[in-house]
Amino acid sequence: MRVRVAAAALVSALALAGCGGSGTPDLKVSAAASLKSPLTAYAKAFTTAHVQLSFGGSDVLAAQIRQGARFDVYAAANAALPEALHTQRLVERPVPFARNRLVLAVPAGSSARGLRDLERPGRRLAVGSATVPIGTYTGQVLARLDPSERALVLGNVRSREPDVTGIVGKLAQGAVDGGFVYVTDVNATRGALRAIELPAAVQPTVVYEAAVVRDGDHGRQARAFIDGLLHGRGAAQLRAAGFGPPPA
Amino acid sequence: MTRSGRFAVLLAAALAVAFVFLALPMVAIFVDTSPGALLDSLGSGESLDALRLSLECSALALAVIVIVGTPAAYLLATRSFRGRAFVVTVLELPLVLPPAVAGIALLAALGPKGILGSALADTGVELVLTTAGVVVALTFVASPFYLRQAQAAFAAVDPTLLAAARTLGAGEARAFGRVAIPLARGGLAAGAALAWGRALGEFGATLMFAGSLRGVTQTAPLAIYDRFATDFPAALALSAVLLAVSAAVLLAVRLAAGTEALGRART
Repeated sequence: MRVRVAAAALVSALALAGCGGSGTPDLKVSAAASLKSPLTAYAKAFTTAHVQLSFGGSDVLAAQIRQGARFDVYAAANAALPEALHTQRLVERPVPFARNRLVLAVPAGSSARGLRDLERPGRRLAVGSATVPIGTYTGQVLARLDPSERALVLGNVRSREPDVTGIVGKLAQGAVDGGFVYVTDVNATRGALRAIELPAAVQPTVVYEAAVVRDGDHGRQARAFIDGLLHGRGAAQLRAAGFGPPPA
Repeated sequence: MTRSGRFAVLLAAALAVAFVFLALPMVAIFVDTSPGALLDSLGSGESLDALRLSLECSALALAVIVIVGTPAAYLLATRSFRGRAFVVTVLELPLVLPPAVAGIALLAALGPKGILGSALADTGVELVLTTAGVVVALTFVASPFYLRQAQAAFAAVDPTLLAAARTLGAGEARAFGRVAIPLARGGLAAGAALAWGRALGEFGATLMFAGSLRGVTQTAPLAIYDRFATDFPAALALSAVLLAVSAAVLLAVRLAAGTEALGRART
């Protein structure tokens, strides 16, 4: 009798630990590191499924999907990576769901007023690696500076980080004096970092796209999750975090 | 089948499972890498920079570890003192520390906002985001591997031989240099190989503490991660090279020290 009770307890424990019960399926969402705060809040409020979030550089997440990782939703910090996966028939048609903009982030106590202040010799900058969207956007910003200014900025780059989390971390630790990140990353630090706006002429177009991963087991829930990013609780969280609405 | 026969089969099955599980991913790296991609990877300046930096930084870290670690391990193996168990536990802690925790811990201690940060800045020493910082991170994560093995190797040296050396007029330092080190050299070499291997493979602490910049702080594991997303074949090829280098390190030490000495050090 006692054995049977123990076995029943074990089975129910395994069921709880495993599939999250029969009512709400597990939805595996892989999302750009810059989406961490709004998607974490949105996932809590999403009732159609139990959402498991995996954050990282959009490029690494795309590579994981290419290597067969079974995610249900892919939300990237650009359009190029989801479009490439779509071309490879790995995801359904991506939809733009948010906009963002690049800023120069500095520690809250920094006296820097503009990019010029960080071009002086000995200033330290962290940027995104060329493979990750934040690095690509930063490359676009630098390409629009005049060559002498670009050389000064590049000369001060001390680390090329695999995702925005790394840049924000280096800034928060005082390891660097400035870094190119999204304005939403600065908002998320609640005052630890300050954003210096970039001139409109060098600002790149930053559009986030999301797609349902093909051959997932939860296509319906995945589509509902992305719908909520466009209008609903996800959209509200994105706006609250400082993301702009997707281009019409 | 007899009871002992069944047990032998069980042992063999366990070994087979362990062998396949550990060998398969390493074999897969070579199966998935075309020789052409391997050569391309070696020919690219970025991969070579990363490999060169990895070798230089891990060799420097190993030198520091051996120079400081050998006498420290000798002391731990041959003397008992109050708090010895505590000291040994602390020294071995980085063995089980997640690399990310090691990175955070190094920042908290030696980073610009760390407890020694301003003191370091006053002396003009800069570790974060520098090559020196890579060496510090590698030394931190790899030294327990050497300390542990070296301590075991010195403990296995017959104390009567050291006593005999002293009876014959050798000083403490001479007994250490002329008797203890030669007798323990197999274990010391094995420890050095493990520490070097760990240093070559370091990723998390390096990224958090030293960042990632080509030629300055981007070691081979960081370059592999950087390529993983955009160029999987190149990442595989660089992985194959790193695996071959690590295997060569292990093999060279085994040959140099003799398998007999290594076997003794393990016990």
